[in-house]
Amino acid sequence: MLLAAVLLAAAVGSPAPGAAAATVHLKDDAFEPAVVTIHPGERVAFVNDDDDAHTATADDNSWDSEGLNRAERWVHVFTKAGTYTYHCTVHPFMKGTIVVQAAR
Amino acid sequence: MRRGDFVHHVAWTGAGIVYVLGTDGIARAADAAPRGGFAFAQISDSHIGYSGPANMDVRATFQHAIDAINALPQQPSFVIHTGDVTHLSKAREFDDARAMLSTLRAPLIALPGEHDVIGAEGPKRFAASFARNDAAGRGWSSWDQGGAHFVALVNVGEGETMGELGPEQLAWLRDDLAARSADTPIVVFGHVPLFAVYPAWGWTTRDGTAAIALLRRFSAVTVLNGHIHQVVEKRDGNIRFATARATGFPQAAPGAPGASPGPLAVAPGSLLGVLGFRTVELDRSAAWQDRSLADA
Repeated sequence: MLLAAVLLAAAVGSPAPGAAAATVHLKDDAFEPAVVTIHPGERVAFVNDDDDAHTATADDNSWDSEGLNRAERWVHVFTKAGTYTYHCTVHPFMKGTIVVQAAR
Repeated sequence: MRRGDFVHHVAWTGAGIVYVLGTDGIARAADAAPRGGFAFAQISDSHIGYSGPANMDVRATFQHAIDAINALPQQPSFVIHTGDVTHLSKAREFDDARAMLSTLRAPLIALPGEHDVIGAEGPKRFAASFARNDAAGRGWSSWDQGGAHFVALVNVGEGETMGELGPEQLAWLRDDLAARSADTPIVVFGHVPLFAVYPAWGWTTRDGTAAIALLRRFSAVTVLNGHIHQVVEKRDGNIRFATARATGFPQAAPGAPGASPGPLAVAPGSLLGVLGFRTVELDRSAAWQDRSLADA
């Protein structure tokens, strides 16, 4: 019982394995929020809320969700600090930024 | 063929009514479109793989269009698909589309849309499914047929993958057109409109004006595109532009208040009336008809 309580407390304090630190919704032909700030090793989930297809594709093509249909979800782990700009290849006017801050 | 007649009698139909565009540029009702001579068909934006409120069965409407083309009394010399054959560039979508297109009686020419070149594998899958043996560069091509010079452009895959021809293709186009006399009828195909229909929605080709400049010296140019899932026409000197209906789903009118460039759900029972394909006839004159699937 005590062990279970300790494990639960630890789980609350940090994201569970596979959990996203942030979620970007692809909605109304836009990335929402357009700017997300995380830390190295954290995950960002991209969820397509539109009826149309979208992608989340790094401007330098270093990562790419490829085609996301309605309600599909894709998760990417950002391991290095930096600022990553990205777009949707089928709607290039959709643009977003992921800021990965080195130090907490 | 009188070259100058090429765009002087252009016909199209909306709800079964045929109009003829006279030499004065004024459209008038006509009894029927010209018959006979060289003909081709344009089909576009099938989005195989989509299923949603705008069309729960894109395969059925695609097959409807294919069957209607196969049933034409005069079989076209070729059928051109002007892109977005698939919705997400998935292998199964290409397999599905290719199987259905294989039932066409006429030869097929297919150009990619931005939905056909998603990810690293999309362009490879499109090429494996539809690449032409005689294509130049990365898929663009030209050929002479029926007294006209045809040019098939690829304006997806460059830059951020939509609405750009790129310097390599423009250089090829310049050289390709340089060998043609000014009275050669020119027909140009591509997915994204070469002219600016509505740039805020990506309905334009960023370097399209460079291609249009190369076309200006010709006396009769027809530019046929897809991408916007509806018929929009424009005339600029000797150049006539026309986008095509989709077989997959309709989209809103350019810049419609409160609308987006995504799939548009229409009232039950009215879907076939806003989907369709185009037939074009070349003889002493050229005629095109935009046929809705409700009429086909």
